[in-house]
Amino acid sequence: MTTPIIEFQHVNKFFGDFQALKDINFQLDQGKFYSLLGPSGSGKTTILRTIAGFNSVTSGTVLFQGKPLKNVPPNKRRVNTIFQNYALFPHLNVFDNVAFGLSIRHVPKDEIQTRVMDALKMVHLQELASRDINELSGGQQQRVAIARAIINEPELLLLDEPLSALDKKLRQDMQYELRELQQRLGITFVFVTHDQEEALAMSDEIFVMDEGAILQNGTPVDIYDEPINHFVADFIGESNIVKGTMVKDYEVEFVGKRFECADAGMRPNEPVEVVLRPEDLDVTTPDKGKLIVQVDSQLFRGDHFEVVAYDADHNEWLIHSTNPVKEDADIGLFFEPEDIHVMRFNEKEADFDARLEQYEGE
Amino acid sequence: MNTTAKRIYYIPYMLWILLFVIAPVALIVYQSFFNLDHQATIQNYVTYLTSSTYLRMTLNSFWYAFLITLFTVLISYPAALFLNQLKHKDFWLLLIILPTWINLLLKAYAFIGIFAQNGSVNQFLGFIGIGPKQILFTDFSFIFVATYIEIPFMILPIYNAIAEIDPALLTASRDLGATNWQTLIRVILPLTRKGITAGVQAVFIPSLSLFMLTRLIGGNRVITLGTAIEEHFLTTMNWGMGSTIGVVLIIMMFISMALTGEHKRKRKEIDTGATKE
Ligand SMILES: Nc1ncnc2c1ncn2[C@@H]1O[C@H](COP(=O)(O)OP(=O)(O)O)[C@@H](O)[C@H]1O
Ligand SMILES: [Mg+2]
Repeated sequence: MTTPIIEFQHVNKFFGDFQALKDINFQLDQGKFYSLLGPSGSGKTTILRTIAGFNSVTSGTVLFQGKPLKNVPPNKRRVNTIFQNYALFPHLNVFDNVAFGLSIRHVPKDEIQTRVMDALKMVHLQELASRDINELSGGQQQRVAIARAIINEPELLLLDEPLSALDKKLRQDMQYELRELQQRLGITFVFVTHDQEEALAMSDEIFVMDEGAILQNGTPVDIYDEPINHFVADFIGESNIVKGTMVKDYEVEFVGKRFECADAGMRPNEPVEVVLRPEDLDVTTPDKGKLIVQVDSQLFRGDHFEVVAYDADHNEWLIHSTNPVKEDADIGLFFEPEDIHVMRFNEKEADFDARLEQYEGE
Repeated sequence: MNTTAKRIYYIPYMLWILLFVIAPVALIVYQSFFNLDHQATIQNYVTYLTSSTYLRMTLNSFWYAFLITLFTVLISYPAALFLNQLKHKDFWLLLIILPTWINLLLKAYAFIGIFAQNGSVNQFLGFIGIGPKQILFTDFSFIFVATYIEIPFMILPIYNAIAEIDPALLTASRDLGATNWQTLIRVILPLTRKGITAGVQAVFIPSLSLFMLTRLIGGNRVITLGTAIEEHFLTTMNWGMGSTIGVVLIIMMFISMALTGEHKRKRKEIDTGATKE
């Protein structure tokens, strides 16, 4: 195995009495696209600033290609950042902004010229080289920030919510472009976002954060299908979460009924939470359904109908249905055992992974 | 809002401009065309332009104003940078502004006490065995005191310009590989240029016509245009010549404002390379 490009070992960070990072551990491999996903204030920017060298850690170790980063000043790190509000230099034009890193290093003039133009070409801005920064649109400024960062050929590119200021259409275009850029350059990206769709669409691996801790990490599919707890399940996408009891292995009870499921490895009769994704619920007639609910309202979402319904216990159910349903009608809901995902309370990620391994191998 | 109401608001402003700006300037210009015998003449201007005394005085004024401004910038810029990094920076800034609330004459007299033959500085020099020196009435003491008095007017605009810089820009500069020094030269300095020019205008132009300090601290060794004007109006009673120098000063003020004022930054034309293909 090659050395990870960056590694956090038991990193804690305090601002006064406030703990911004709680025992952070992770390894990032060369050439992958990582996302830090979490609500505002969860410590994402603090992690980026720690990697870039603008935060010291209170305890723990940060390694860059196996070597401690502690005494390396930010300007000596082979890391560049795309800042949340781009932080472009207002006194320099597009060309000089992009050239900043090279001219700092006294790269010869003609080499700067070609490399800047290449970088601008890569972000489709070569015609705007002599523009002032305040003459650019938000999307164009975003591209200048990208060009300015990648021209230094960093080993690691940190992106702090780079798309949050763009409108939806542009944001989606940029998601594709960033992903493509990352694959073309082959450098490691650490992408910070509070938008779960963005993280799911772009990443090789996602770290879900809350209140300074990493709750879960894994591929987008892993995290979507098998969230570790209520917070992750809720944050990563729309879901139905109800309380239940794990009667025994492969059998769970919720809303007063017992269902076959695909989870195991828990104590008998352990209280749990059960997740059912809206798209995994199929609408059928009441007699064929495993659950019977009454339709409350529905919205047409283009490729599906979003139905809100209530069961006899007044639990709310969100259903994505391909066909419209009748309002106030009783409908049946059908789902497979593997559509049920059972979550234990307060389970640590390591235990969760170990448990999954145990019975998924069978 | 209707136009008559608008006009009413203009009245105080117009009156002010008329009474305290246009009228005095007009009077000075008018006076400058009369000689001691109240005859209309351009003799005053001829005298000014041909007399080596007046030309030397003009150069002197420029030279001292330049030195005062230079030292003020050299002290104020690092001070403003430092102030911006302090925790209670507003409080420390207030301490620097405080002396401007005290009358200029009082401050001048205080310095006479400090620099005099038996003043505290000379007592100290005597104590360490360098012996009392002539400090008062030298170029050094004049520039020192003038710089001291002007520093707050320089620090304030520079301080504000630095405070306005988005800290993310400094982080970005470091992130892109710049040392602290390179960040200062390439980011902070250019972004505070307006603050520096504002400070230079606030210091240089008044320094051209300093006269009280030249007498009290400079001991009349330093003769500037300000001193000459005072001399003509109060001692020789040659109002015509005094006004002529006044007109010259006004013109110099406009010139220095034009020189330090905002120029539209010429856009550097860059070979975009796109045309080559
Ligand atoms: N320099 C600082 N001083 C004090 N608290 C800070 C500082 N930087 C960040 N914090 C706090 O740390 C927490 C995490 O911040 P941040 O990493 O910026 O969150 P995110 O980027 O996930 O929104 C927040 O509660 C924030 O207020
Ligand atoms: Mg943030």
